[in-house]
Amino acid sequence: MHTMTGQPEALEALTAGEVERIKADFEILEHQVNGVDVVYLDSGATSQKPRCVYEAEQHYYENANAAVHRGAHSLAVEATEIYEQARETVAEFIGARTNELVWTANATEALNLISYSMSNASLGRGGEAAARFRLGPGDEILTTELEHHANLIPWQELAFRTGATLRYVPITEDGALRYDLLDELVTERTKLVAFTHVSNVLGTITDTQKFVDAARKVGALTVLDGCQSVPHLPVDVKALDVDFMAFSGHKMLGPTGIGALYGREELLNAMPPFLTGGSMITVVDMEHAEYMPSPQRFEAGTQRIAQTHGLATAVAYLDEIGMGRVAAWEEHLGAMLYEGISKIDGVRVFGPADAQRIGTVPFEVIGVHPHDVGQYLDSRGIAVRVGHHCAQPLHRALGVNSTTRASTYLYNTEADIKALLEALGSVREYFGV
Amino acid sequence: MNELDQLYQQVILDHSKRRIGSPLVELTEGLLHGESHQHNPICGDQIRVRVELDDQDHFTSMSWEGDGCSISMASASVLAEMLPELTKEEFLGKRDYFREMMRSKGNFEPDEDVLEDAAAFVGVSKFPARVKCAMLAWVAAEVAMHEAHK
Repeated sequence: MHTMTGQPEALEALTAGEVERIKADFEILEHQVNGVDVVYLDSGATSQKPRCVYEAEQHYYENANAAVHRGAHSLAVEATEIYEQARETVAEFIGARTNELVWTANATEALNLISYSMSNASLGRGGEAAARFRLGPGDEILTTELEHHANLIPWQELAFRTGATLRYVPITEDGALRYDLLDELVTERTKLVAFTHVSNVLGTITDTQKFVDAARKVGALTVLDGCQSVPHLPVDVKALDVDFMAFSGHKMLGPTGIGALYGREELLNAMPPFLTGGSMITVVDMEHAEYMPSPQRFEAGTQRIAQTHGLATAVAYLDEIGMGRVAAWEEHLGAMLYEGISKIDGVRVFGPADAQRIGTVPFEVIGVHPHDVGQYLDSRGIAVRVGHHCAQPLHRALGVNSTTRASTYLYNTEADIKALLEALGSVREYFGV
Repeated sequence: MNELDQLYQQVILDHSKRRIGSPLVELTEGLLHGESHQHNPICGDQIRVRVELDDQDHFTSMSWEGDGCSISMASASVLAEMLPELTKEEFLGKRDYFREMMRSKGNFEPDEDVLEDAAAFVGVSKFPARVKCAMLAWVAAEVAMHEAHK
């Protein structure tokens, strides 16, 4: 599973029976909402968690809780082992070496880590070794118009702080990335290219190779937002050949409060730290400090140990099922969604029709505000996301303020999709449009 | 009536389409006028409300333009219908009463003589996530009132 590049291979999808058995591992999906069985189609916001994940956290607290990387007692040793084993498990899951995986609170913090480390380098921190991370007037950062705000605002702020210029790859009115403009937009001035692997709104999969090739040509760093790809597709950072990748645990069956940054070893070791304090130093005197190599240099303060253990348990769960098969199942559900919604009178889907997508589809019920659509669906137990999904520029480019988004995961059945399609067929009638 | 039907009472759905007071109207000379733009960052709903008052602190008109869910748009329509001829004090009294209803989580029997069509929003109070939608126009009208000048 660790050799693929993010484009799912033609693996056999999960069977309906397997999905039912998977679903049974998720206590919350057995509950009712508003007197009906819950149909959870909001995994793009956060996934549900199988029992084994929170049981792993509980087990940690009951048997091994202690601060890591300090203290000589047995519990501290065991906690450290669990914490570092989790790193190894999650690093392996994305094809990284263990010391190339830095724990963060979430993908947002991971992206901010790069942004602030680069500001610090631009102020001279990290010395000559960090020269590559310096930005100033005349330098450019390139992102895209379809990014989640978390992969946009940290670069806006980095540009403000350093005097660099932020540019972006626009999208078509269908929401397709303008790859044809990459050659023009990536120049000798470009120092960093930040782009998403999968759009959190459209569910479309980026042709990452085009970005990586363009960036390599000019020696720019590449940052991949893996929030919506790592949970849903086989992802191998070495095959993708990106310099950095950020992702969040809570979208991939793991707990909230834990995410990670992948970075090439030589880059992480050359970057000045972002958060500073305990646990990330070697020698400290009153005037200055020497820092640990990666990943410890980026893990100041007491860490989220139970959460790393929970995330590693989630990753083992996914690995056992096989990400290729998860991806194939969700591709099937995504096609069912896209085609099914397209056929409903008075409902419009967003996103290019010919794109490769995960099980995420945004749509509009003509004449009914997304908030009202979401409320109507909720009364039937169907959970979807409404609003701008933290991607206002994307919505502006699509010509709307907000959309309704259905997003699947491996525990969603065909019946879930049918329930949504059936409910969508009666929304306009209910609201009298 | 189920909870959804209590939320989306016919009078609310009607107002969300009629949009009384929308779009914005030109200012009348000689009156005090104020304007406020309010935005709900959670859902992106937005509204611009313009009110006019005479020298005796009576509202003479409310007009507005907005983009949002049926609850927020209907609430603006209901308010635009109710506001003319109210005094500032009467408006603030109704505003307090409306807010009390919105915070009641459904435990409220509104006096229709006080709230008129706005009484239909009692069903909204059972949906905490929607209370902001219902309050948006009221907040905008109050800010516009405080800023009113010649």
